[in-house]
Amino acid sequence: MADREYAYYSGCSLEGTAVEYDMSMREVFKALGLTLREPEDWSCCGSTPAHTVDHVFAAALAARNLSIIEKMGTQTVTVPCPSCLSAFKRAHLGMTGDESFKEKVNDLLDEPYNGGVNPKSTLQIMVEDIGLEAVGNKVTHALPDLVVAPYYGCILTRPPEIAQFDDPENPMSMDNILEAVGVRVSPFAFKLECCGAAFGVPKREMVNQLSSKVLSMAIDSGANCIAVACPLCQQNLDLRQSQVNSTMGTNFNIPILYFSQIVGLTYGLSPKALGLDKLIVSADHIVRSRITVQEMEQRKQAEIEKEKAAKAKPKKDEIKAEET
Amino acid sequence: MDALNLSTSIDWAFIDKVAEESGGTPSLCYQCGNCTAGCPYTHYFDYPVSQVMRLLQMGQKETILSSKAIWLCATCETCTTRCPCEIDVAKIMDTLRIIARRENKISEKDVKLFYDSFLESMKAHGRLFEMGTLMAYNLKSGHFLADAELGPKVMQKGKVSLFPKNIVGKDKVAKIFTRFQEKAKKHG
Ligand code: SF4
Ligand code: SF4
Repeated sequence: MADREYAYYSGCSLEGTAVEYDMSMREVFKALGLTLREPEDWSCCGSTPAHTVDHVFAAALAARNLSIIEKMGTQTVTVPCPSCLSAFKRAHLGMTGDESFKEKVNDLLDEPYNGGVNPKSTLQIMVEDIGLEAVGNKVTHALPDLVVAPYYGCILTRPPEIAQFDDPENPMSMDNILEAVGVRVSPFAFKLECCGAAFGVPKREMVNQLSSKVLSMAIDSGANCIAVACPLCQQNLDLRQSQVNSTMGTNFNIPILYFSQIVGLTYGLSPKALGLDKLIVSADHIVRSRITVQEMEQRKQAEIEKEKAAKAKPKKDEIKAEET
Repeated sequence: MDALNLSTSIDWAFIDKVAEESGGTPSLCYQCGNCTAGCPYTHYFDYPVSQVMRLLQMGQKETILSSKAIWLCATCETCTTRCPCEIDVAKIMDTLRIIARRENKISEKDVKLFYDSFLESMKAHGRLFEMGTLMAYNLKSGHFLADAELGPKVMQKGKVSLFPKNIVGKDKVAKIFTRFQEKAKKHG
C-alpha cells in the first residue's frame, strides 16, 4: 500500500469517556498501514457549546487546531468524532469561502489559518482513501451470530453542504465497511435519528426518551448490537442504557460498539487492545462468538451439505405444501 | 398560539439582523412543515421550528427570544437537510440562540449553564476536563447529584480522569476567549 500519512485529531472525549474509540481506531489504522501523527498541543474544538456563543468565536477555537495541522505539512486531518469534524469543516469552509469571515477569525488567533487542511472523518478515510476491498482483505475472523444496526447519528453526513460525504438521508458508508469485513447488518430505519446529543446532563429525560427509540428500533430491525461512530451517541446509548431502562421501564441489554471495534475484531486483534472491556453493556458474548474465517468456511460447507441431503429426501409436509 | 397584533409588534430590524447574521433567507419559507415533521425535538418545543420561522417572518422578536425551542434545538441538521427552499434552518436557530444569549434572555437556564461550564473548563485547561465540567455544572445548577449514579461505572472502567490535563498552549486558548470578549464589548 502506498505510503499514507494523516494528521489525527482525536479530540477531548477520546481521551476520556470514549477512550476505546481512540484505542480501536489507532489499532485498525495501524493494521491498514496508515501513519497517524497527532498535532502537537492541540486544544478542544469548542463543540456544541461554542456555537451557542458566536460563529466567529466557534470557528476560531477550531481553527487554532487547523493552523497547527497546517504547519505539520500533512494535507488531510482525520477526525473520529463527528462533533469535532463538524466544527473543523465549518471553520474551514467558512474561512475558505469568505474573506471577511477568515479575517475576523484570524484576528482572534495567534497563528493564522490559511485554509490548507482537508478535514475528513475516519469513516470517510476508510471508504474513500483505503477502499472497501483493502479493508476487507485484512479480515481473518468472523462473527457469525452478530447482526449489527449501523447508527450514524445526526451530523456525520449532514447537512450535505458541510459534510460533503455519503448520503444525508440514507448513508451507507458504515453499512458497506461492516459488510466488507463480513458482518451482517440490519435494515435500520433510525440510522440518523438524534439520540439526544449533548443534552444528557441538563435534560436527561429528553435523552432517555430519544435514546430509547433508537435502541428499540435497532432491536426491531433484527439487530443484536449497534455500531456507532460518535462518542456522544455511544455514551447516550451505552452508559445511559441503565438510565433509559429505569426511566422508561424497558429492559434493554444491547451492546453499543464503535464500528472500529467491530472491524478490529474481524482483523483478529485482541479485545483488550480494542478497549472492549471499557464498554458498560457487556460485549463478551460477541467476543466469544468469534471464530476464524477457516472455521466459518467449514461451517458453511457443512450447512450446504446438510441442505443438499435434505433436498434429496424431501420431508412429508413439504410435499403436502406443494400439492395445495 | 395567541393572536398577534401585527400593526404594532413587527420588529423589522430584527428580521434583517437574523437574516444578515445567519446568512440565510427566512423570507423564503412557505410553511410546508417539512422541518417540523423531521425534528426529533418538536415534542419538547413550545413553538415547532416551522412556527419559529413564521414568527421570524412576522418580526416577533420577544416571543422568539424567550422561547424554549431555540435552547432545546440540538443542531441535528434534519431541518436544514430537508427544507425544500434550501433555507439553513438550523443555522437560523443557532443565530437566534446567539442573539438570545447576547440579550441575556435565557429560557432554559440549565442548558446554558451546561454549555458555560464546558467553555470555562476549556478556557482554563485548553481541553475539556469532563469530570470538572460535570462538577461545576452540578454546583452551579443546584442539581448536586446529576448523573451521580454513572460516576462509579465510568470510574471503574478507567475512563475519566480526576485531574485536568493542561495543555502547554492553554493561555493561547484563553486568549481567544478574551480577544473575543473585548471585540464583543467594543461592538456593543
Ligand atoms: S436542528 Fe434543531 S430545529 Fe432543526 S430539526 Fe434538529 S433539533 Fe429540530
Ligand atoms: S422546511 Fe423550509 S419551507 Fe418548509 S416550513 Fe420548514 S423552513 Fe419553511
